[in-house]
Amino acid sequence: MNEQADNRQLRISILRYRPMESDSRPAVQVYEIEEADNMTLFMALTEIREQQDPSLQFDFVCRAGICGSCGMLIDGRPGLACRTLTKHLGQQIALAPLPGFELIADLSVNTGKWLRAMSERLETWVHNGDEIDLTTLEQPMEPDLAEQIYELERCIECGCCIAACGTALMHEDFIGAAGLNRIARFRLDPRDQRDDCDYYELIGDDEGVFGCMSLLGCNDLCPKELPLQTQIAYLRRKMLWTGLKG
Amino acid sequence: MKIRYTDVLVIGGGLAGLRAGIAAKRRGHEVHILSLVPSKRSHSAAAQGGMQASLANSIKGKGDNEDVHFEDTVRGSDWGADQNVVRMFVNTSPKAARELAAWGVPWNRVRSGAREVVIGGKSTVLTEEHAAHGLITARDFGGTRKWRTCFVSDGTGHAMLYTVSDQAVANSIPVTERVEAMSLIHDGQRCFGAIVRDLVSGQLTAWVAKATCVATGGFGRLYRVTTNAVINEGMGAAIALETGVAALGNMEAVQFHPTGIFPAGILVTEGCRGDGGVLLDAELHRFMPDYEPEKKELASRDVVSRRMEQHIASGLGVRTRYGEHLWLDIRMLGRDHIDKNLREVRDICKHFLGIDPVSELIPVRPAQHYSMGGIRTGPSGEGRGLRGLFACGEAACWDMHGFNRLGGNSVAETVVAGMIVGEYIADFCESLDSDIDISTAQVNDFIKREQHSIDALLSSKGTERAADIMREMQTLMTDKVAIFRNQERLQTAVDQLLNLRARSNNIGLSNRSAALNPELVAAYRVRRMLKLALCVAYGALQRTESRGAHYREDYPRRNDRDWLKRTLATWSDADQTLPTLDYEDLDVMAMELPPGWRGYGEKDFVEHPDADVRRAEIEQLKRTMADADRHAIQAALMPYDELLPEPYRCGNERLGEDSK
Repeated sequence: MNEQADNRQLRISILRYRPMESDSRPAVQVYEIEEADNMTLFMALTEIREQQDPSLQFDFVCRAGICGSCGMLIDGRPGLACRTLTKHLGQQIALAPLPGFELIADLSVNTGKWLRAMSERLETWVHNGDEIDLTTLEQPMEPDLAEQIYELERCIECGCCIAACGTALMHEDFIGAAGLNRIARFRLDPRDQRDDCDYYELIGDDEGVFGCMSLLGCNDLCPKELPLQTQIAYLRRKMLWTGLKG
Repeated sequence: MKIRYTDVLVIGGGLAGLRAGIAAKRRGHEVHILSLVPSKRSHSAAAQGGMQASLANSIKGKGDNEDVHFEDTVRGSDWGADQNVVRMFVNTSPKAARELAAWGVPWNRVRSGAREVVIGGKSTVLTEEHAAHGLITARDFGGTRKWRTCFVSDGTGHAMLYTVSDQAVANSIPVTERVEAMSLIHDGQRCFGAIVRDLVSGQLTAWVAKATCVATGGFGRLYRVTTNAVINEGMGAAIALETGVAALGNMEAVQFHPTGIFPAGILVTEGCRGDGGVLLDAELHRFMPDYEPEKKELASRDVVSRRMEQHIASGLGVRTRYGEHLWLDIRMLGRDHIDKNLREVRDICKHFLGIDPVSELIPVRPAQHYSMGGIRTGPSGEGRGLRGLFACGEAACWDMHGFNRLGGNSVAETVVAGMIVGEYIADFCESLDSDIDISTAQVNDFIKREQHSIDALLSSKGTERAADIMREMQTLMTDKVAIFRNQERLQTAVDQLLNLRARSNNIGLSNRSAALNPELVAAYRVRRMLKLALCVAYGALQRTESRGAHYREDYPRRNDRDWLKRTLATWSDADQTLPTLDYEDLDVMAMELPPGWRGYGEKDFVEHPDADVRRAEIEQLKRTMADADRHAIQAALMPYDELLPEPYRCGNERLGEDSK
């Protein structure tokens, strides 16, 4: 731990807006706070709310980078605020809500509503009509396959990929990398009895995999470093082939 | 005034609430789930290392079964657990793991053949059987005699939560997000739902239901240093307490996890030690074998945390400007293993500490982690005192953990309790008892009372700030009601909490908007949190013995003679300053495993007068049943089958053992 006699005075500017209040107008508000050792944006924002402005809205839950609540634009780039250390940022820090989602207020956006809708639309669960017999041995699965599925299961649905996506910002109904990744995950899972024709029905159009313009903001900004580029490219090939077969 | 109706109201959208809701919905009842945050953001996602289920697929799990899991859990609880509930749990946990497997959880699987592993810091080779290839594997965890913890890398809770949350979507169960239950609607005998506040609009709605299930998790945020998410403020337990009728059990039983990263308190999984990692002191000496030669780093969490603090107190901690810590060393596990099985740990170290655990030591110190206490329920999950009120998961004191929970048993409890309690909720809804005979006038009174109390806060001219009181309470709890407790510190804590409570009546707000007002939320929550904190501190003060995570320096021995009992806290009069404490005896003569030494930790305890009698009785019975199988002997010792819902009464198949 390095001793720092003179901590930096951080200037944090936050895009504030409460759309539910008719007299609210978007405006940038600047807060000054003293940086502390290993300070995260979670700590900084909590301190601002406790000490300076109790009306400031933001969302944190786990504050450990695993729940996906705190996605926001940090100096213009989507990222998880809870695990962003202020020492990696300049003295001036600009925060804004994630675009692409319904704004609740200030830095708080309604990712939950988006995710539920995505889950319903893509039916993001294993489709397996069989009755499960809980008393007998489980079905075996190749260890490598289980690990590959987990690789895609790691998505925390924080919404950074949606905020980073040109298509998603232009087309509200584009399912985005988070949605496509979910399909890639279930497609890999032999327990799910859906086939490519079923998946084509879900994502075989411009609101699905063919809407992707390969700008790859999702891949560059995914906090969990999911292999979104390869998954989307692979999925597009498979869906194209399925579409051509008719 | 808005009133809405449903059959089953579930408060809490984490694993326990979701699974209970799915059970009730599948039985044909309308279910509505309320959640502070989107379901997938719940604290269940933070469970890293795994879920205990005695599948016995891996070579190091050979010989494992319900009996071994039962004994480990009871010993872990320091005999505080309800042994019937432990039996219900261990018999259902393998079914839960298999159900989750069928639903899509990508459990790590057994790979047949030889592989190198690290056990206790040393490399060794294990050879897995061909027949087990592809079945669910398990890792080692603290306080267990077998490798029993099923895992998905170190994102087990995340994978389980996503799977179960999506199952709730598949079952068309609505989840209302960003709402908070403010009080339970009841008439002193029967619970009829809850008054619910929309955290965005500030509006109140009365949700009237046949059955109400509280699954709001623990209360870690009573403490300053905790692994818990910021939403874990114990509000479910608090509103149950505020009914004046429901009781909270064993609130003084608070678990501290050995490896919170220092100083932030963010969790790194017990899997680090389970997979072979060790603890080192300032001199880089591995000190745990000096204290615990049998289980070393893998004694139960209460024991390891205590030994760590003891070692720091002896002057061997690493000193920094923020205080002292110890080191967790997982370097010997190697890059491949860490990248595959401890990747969240690696992420956390990278982002919060700026270190790479492949080559560097992790600074750790025990941090508050889990609430063994909660809403006291019977085996069916129904709360004491109020019919129609159920609780499950960490919010409940169902009581399978007693005074210390084993790692891997909590995320397992969420789904197991959800399965079991969900069935009982459905049974209740199908019974005549579930008739809703409360008038809308009475319901409106509950709304008005809540509205009045919020309005009073919004217009208060008080001079205290909720954030200050919150921080003082959290600091007090971390300083005085933590791992090492004594009369003086606990009395100070109680006195200061009473003082904070008085001050909390004088809270004023600078933001007087009803909508989107986190200051208002902190104000009403801190008042409830202070009541919970008093239950913890006062319960700890009264319990003049040491048991599990509750350790009294002035009463260092476990005292079964006087204290083999569960604390029940109630708050029947809103004006009373302290909770009323009652005690519920545990019946040694009905136990399958009478109290003894745990196999780790302190060996000295005061025997219960019945313990020898019961042991002799058990020996006698076992002799007369020498030819019987383990199931028959168990059934003779402590029959519990009828406590389980009918679909879960059968046994569990394992390689080489049918399902009985």
